[in-house]
Amino acid sequence: MTPGTAGADRPAPGAGSTDGSSSVNLAAGAVELPVITRGLTKRFRSGQVAVDEIDLEVPAGSIFGFLGPNGSGKTTTIRMLLGLITPTSGSVQLLGEPMPKAQLSVLPRVGALVEGPAFYPFWTGQANLLRFDAADRTADPRTRKLRAGEALERVGLSNAAGKKVRAYSLGMRQRLAIAVALMQRRDLLVLDEPTNGLDPQGTREVRSLIRELSGDGTTIFTSTHLRAEVEQLCTHAAVMSRGRIVRQSTMADLRSELRPRLVVRTPDPQQAEKTLTGLGLTGVRREGDMVEGDPGELPIDKLAAALVAADVRIHAFGLQHPSLEDAFVALTGEGFDVAE
Amino acid sequence: MSPSEIPEATAPTVTGPSASGPSASGPAASSGPSASGGPASSGVVGGASAATVTRAAPVRPSAGRHTVALFASELHLVFGRARTWVTLAVLAGVPVLVGVAIRLSGSEGGAEGFIGQIAGNGFFLIVASLGLSLPFFLPTAVTVVAGESLAGEASLGTLRNMLTAPAGRSRLLAAKMVALAVFCLSATMVIWVSGLIAGVALFPVGDVVLLSGTTVSLADGLLRAFGIAILVALSLLGLAGIGLFVSSLTSTPLAAMAATFGAFIVLGILGAIPQIDVIHPWLLMYGWTSFADLLRDPPYWDAIVRNLWIQAAYLAVFYAAAWARLTSRDING
Repeated sequence: MTPGTAGADRPAPGAGSTDGSSSVNLAAGAVELPVITRGLTKRFRSGQVAVDEIDLEVPAGSIFGFLGPNGSGKTTTIRMLLGLITPTSGSVQLLGEPMPKAQLSVLPRVGALVEGPAFYPFWTGQANLLRFDAADRTADPRTRKLRAGEALERVGLSNAAGKKVRAYSLGMRQRLAIAVALMQRRDLLVLDEPTNGLDPQGTREVRSLIRELSGDGTTIFTSTHLRAEVEQLCTHAAVMSRGRIVRQSTMADLRSELRPRLVVRTPDPQQAEKTLTGLGLTGVRREGDMVEGDPGELPIDKLAAALVAADVRIHAFGLQHPSLEDAFVALTGEGFDVAE
Repeated sequence: MSPSEIPEATAPTVTGPSASGPSASGPAASSGPSASGGPASSGVVGGASAATVTRAAPVRPSAGRHTVALFASELHLVFGRARTWVTLAVLAGVPVLVGVAIRLSGSEGGAEGFIGQIAGNGFFLIVASLGLSLPFFLPTAVTVVAGESLAGEASLGTLRNMLTAPAGRSRLLAAKMVALAVFCLSATMVIWVSGLIAGVALFPVGDVVLLSGTTVSLADGLLRAFGIAILVALSLLGLAGIGLFVSSLTSTPLAAMAATFGAFIVLGILGAIPQIDVIHPWLLMYGWTSFADLLRDPPYWDAIVRNLWIQAAYLAVFYAAAWARLTSRDING
C-alpha cells in the first residue's frame, strides 16, 4: 500500500513520526493509521493530569507496544481510545472514524481488553462470551455459539467452557478476556497488559497468539510494563511517562539508537581516560577502575592497540550493548517495574 | 486508490443500500490495488456509514441489526441468578403463609377487607396477598434488582465490556429498564399464581362478590385479579425508575439498594405527615391502593388512571436522569 493522500487531510505527524517499517505487514485497503490521537488530554476532577496532550499514530499491521511504568497514564489513554471516558481535550480516531462519536460503527471491528478481565462470576465462561457478543448488534446470533467455541479453543479454554468463572484462576480469566476480543474478526485489537497474571507458559501462548493475529493483518495495540514483551513482540513502540509520550518510533529505530559503549577495566584509569579522549571517543567517563565511552565509528582493535601503546594495562576490554531497559530508564527516569 | 482516500464529495460511489453482502460492489471496484490481497476495503474515512463491509468476514453481515439479543441477554442476566429465584420464591410464599395462618386461626377471625373474605372464598387470597406484598415485599424485591442493574455491572467491571462490545449506552439502559419491568410483572404474577393455588387448596372457591355488591363468576374474578397483578406491577415502575437512576450513580450495588430503599421510606414518611397533605397526591405511593377499584362493577377508573400517570411521571423523570448520567459518565471501574 502506498503512503497515500489519506494523511493529507490530517494534521502533520508529530516529532516522533512512525513510518511503517518494512517488517510491517500491511493489509490492503485498510486505514493507514488505525489509531490516531491529537493533543489527547485527560484531567481528572482532582486536578491531576493523567494524560497530557499525546499524539499517537499506530500504523496498520503493526504490533504497537504502549510502554510505561504503572501509573503513567496508559490505561486512561486506552479508556479514551475506546470511548469509555471522555477526553478533557484533544481527539481520537479509531479506524479512520472519530471516537466516541462513531463508536457504534467502529467498536464492532475493535477487540478490546481493558484493565484486567471482568466477568459475571456466577456464569460459565461460555455464557459470558455469549453475553458480550449479544451486546454487539452486528454480531450474527446464528453463529454465536460456534464463534464462542472457536474463541475458547484459541485461548486454550475449551475444557473450562462450562465451568463458572468464579472457579477460574486469574490466568484463565485473562485468557477468557482475550477470547472476548477474538469472538469476531477484528481490524484492531486494543489490549491492556494482556499477559498480566499469566504463568510463563501462558505468556508464551498469548504472545504467539498475538503474532498469529498480527499475521492475519490485525493491527495490535498493546500496553505493557514488561520489557521482554516489547523486545520479543513489537514492531513499534511509544513510551509514556507521567502522562506524556516521551518517544514514539519503530523498534528498529529505538534499538539503533542504543549504541554500544566501550568499557575498559584497568589499574591505570586516568591514563586510559586521557588516551581514549585523545583518540576521539565521546562521553568518556571514569569510575573506579572502569573507563567507558562511545567509540562511534572508531575500530575497536585500533583502540586496544592504542591503549597498550600508551602503557595502559588492560584487565578487561569490550563493548557493552545497552538494553532496552537502559533506554527506557534514560527516557522516563525510572525502570519498567517502578510504580509511581 | 482505496476508498479511504476519497474525499466525502465522491462518497456516493461507495454508499447506497449495497452493504448487505461481503462483496458489495462499491469497495471491491474502488480498491484496485487490492486485487492480490483479496480483502475488501472498509471505506471509513469521511464516514458514510453504509460502507462498513469488513475484510474477509463472511460471518459478519454488515447490514444486520440484531437488536433483540441484548434485551434477551438482560433478561437472562436478571433471571439467570439464584438471587432472583429466591426472591420470587419468597413472594410465592406470601399467599401460602397468609392462607395457612387464616386456616389455622379459624374462619371467624373478624378480620376486615380482603383478608376477612378469604375464609369464605379462596379467590380473595390472591387479591389480599397482592395488597399485603405491595407496601413492603414487592418494593424490597424491586429495589434489590434495580440497585444491582447498573451498579452491579460497574462493580464487576463488566460495564466496560458491554460498552466496548459495543452495546451503546442508551440501548443498554433501555435493556436494563425493560428487564426491570419484566421482573416487576413476574413478581406480581408469581403471587397471582401462588395465591390461586393456595386459595384453591385451603379454602372453598366460588363466585366472587365485588366491593360494589354485585356477584360475578370466578372466571371474571380471576381476570380482574390478573388485571390487579398487572396494575400492581405498573405501580412499581416509578420505584424501579428511581432505583435505576440511583444505580447509575455508583459502583456499589449495596449502596444503590440502600439509597433506593431509603428514598422509598422517606416518601412513605412524607405520606404519613398530615401537615403536608397538599403534596400527598404527588407522592409515589399515593395511588398504590387504587388497584382495589378494579373489584367494582363497573371499575372506578379515575384513581387507577391517575396512579398510572404518577408512575409514568416518576419513571420518565428518573429514567431521563439515569440516561443523562450514564451517557456522560466516565467508566473507570
